[in-house]
Amino acid sequence: MYETSDIRKNVKLKIDGNPYVVVDFQFVKPGKGQAFTRVKMKNMITGNVLERTYKSGERLEKADMEERQMTYLYPEGEDYVFMDSQNYDQVRLSAEQLGENKFYLLDNLPVSILFYDGTPIGVTPPIFIELQVVETEPGFKGDTSGNVQKPCKLSTGLETTVPLFVNQGEWIKVDTRTGEYVERVKK
Amino acid sequence: MAQSAPRSPIDVVRRQSPASRARIGGRVIGAAEGAALVQDITGSLEVRCQPVPVPGAWVVCEGLWDGARLIEAACHVVSVPDGPFPRPDGDFAWAHAAGGHRLRNLRGRAAVLRAIRAFFDQRAFTEVETPLAVPSPGLDLHLDALEVGGMGAPRWLGTSPEYQMKRLLAAGLPRIFQLSRCFRRGELGQRHHPEFTMLEWYRTFAGMHEIMRDTEELVAHVARALHEGATVIPAQEGLLELAPPWERLTLREAFDRYAGVSVDAALASEELFFRVLTERVEPQLGRGRPTFLTGWPASMASLARLDPHDPTVAERVEAFVDGMELSNGFSELIDAREQRARLLRDQADRAAQGKAVYPLDERFLDALAEGIPPSGGNALGVDRLLMIVLGARHIDDVVAIPPARL
Repeated sequence: MYETSDIRKNVKLKIDGNPYVVVDFQFVKPGKGQAFTRVKMKNMITGNVLERTYKSGERLEKADMEERQMTYLYPEGEDYVFMDSQNYDQVRLSAEQLGENKFYLLDNLPVSILFYDGTPIGVTPPIFIELQVVETEPGFKGDTSGNVQKPCKLSTGLETTVPLFVNQGEWIKVDTRTGEYVERVKK
Repeated sequence: MAQSAPRSPIDVVRRQSPASRARIGGRVIGAAEGAALVQDITGSLEVRCQPVPVPGAWVVCEGLWDGARLIEAACHVVSVPDGPFPRPDGDFAWAHAAGGHRLRNLRGRAAVLRAIRAFFDQRAFTEVETPLAVPSPGLDLHLDALEVGGMGAPRWLGTSPEYQMKRLLAAGLPRIFQLSRCFRRGELGQRHHPEFTMLEWYRTFAGMHEIMRDTEELVAHVARALHEGATVIPAQEGLLELAPPWERLTLREAFDRYAGVSVDAALASEELFFRVLTERVEPQLGRGRPTFLTGWPASMASLARLDPHDPTVAERVEAFVDGMELSNGFSELIDAREQRARLLRDQADRAAQGKAVYPLDERFLDALAEGIPPSGGNALGVDRLLMIVLGARHIDDVVAIPPARL
């Protein structure tokens, strides 16, 4: 259990049976009055934002979250299948649960899977992964500054932008937190 | 390089006529080919020198001021950083974040403290310093204190210097003020630190109305000292006029105007009352112009005199500025027997809620019994006053070192 004084950004709470992550909070207290903590939090499954006010000293339930290292195997129908390489347990996540992260799933990619009360609810890929540019306008040789960017499509279907000097067929490093180009890599 | 030549502040060098010699002391905050950017508290200056000191080094540089830079300079390195500069979580990075407003706020803080002292000095108040570790830290139901050991007797850090200051009224000082640290357990947030600076003042032969006048004149005086004579300053949104007279509103009027529920209905439960006060009423108060909130129920002012015309109401006043509580004052209760009865009630309330029950301060009660004249007093949060006049959104930005960085 947490007390209201334990509330910080990124603390995970169980509210009405659902996992929430604290995105903002405020300690409120009249000089000669009762203290409250106003908490703004996001449902970790639906993304809905909730605001609640708690009396100081009130106890709040911790969301039982666990992260496990797993490997991405393959897509199956609408789902994506992952395996725990220690005990060969398999779990599935839907495209909806993965969100943008489905664009980073390379075969045998090591990822961490987030579990809530034993149920998988999301995936965190490595921060940087390498993807091939499959569609983009031909490059301009002269411009190597990287200041100007053009749209491109990558091997997994992700759409992002790259500097003008990047050509179709080349490989780039992408930041999976933002989906943005980091640098060109030689393959 | 002559060590005896005096160093000039960078803003003074900038006003020198070109082709003159200049000597500065400061810190290298940027380095390029053949040039360092040297900073002191008054500004920064490009210094052309060879070799170029590493970023973070403290240097004394002497060279030729050409009207824009210091050229042909000799830089004497007096201290170099051991490790990276700036450290990502270091004090330099903290103070200089977002254009260095925290560093400016620290100098603003000193100016505000000076202005407060000048204000009370002009009005013949005596500055006093009472002990921080006291035998009773106050019995307010919603204030919890920190206990200190090793003092030879049970002691707590005061949540306010009120008892000790009133003893000084009984001792014979007619007008007193104090800038002191107060401590309140568990209070930490955008507007709260568990250790904070309180301004308290008391004047005899006076009451709540004189205290309101002191408060509005003081805050206007501080604003003028910091804003070149102006009392209209930027608020979180729009502008704030701090000059007297401030708005005067009763709790009843404020609830009718902003709460959507009457104060009587809200008072049915203490929790409901404070929830509505903090969520609906307080954010609306003191917008554009500060508000004095009066007409508090007698039960919510343990140290205040009751209104002689309406004993259900205490002569208590809170000031709100830009949606934030700034001060809390009273026409002081001076009846020793009544005060003892109220404090015993406060002790019982604390016990009933399972909270620590602090002792009665018998010397405070003795002082009231010995007698003090009708008096008014106020407690004002100095850190919040700084937030208002410096335009800071977080109390962390106006203190030297916030609790999280200790």
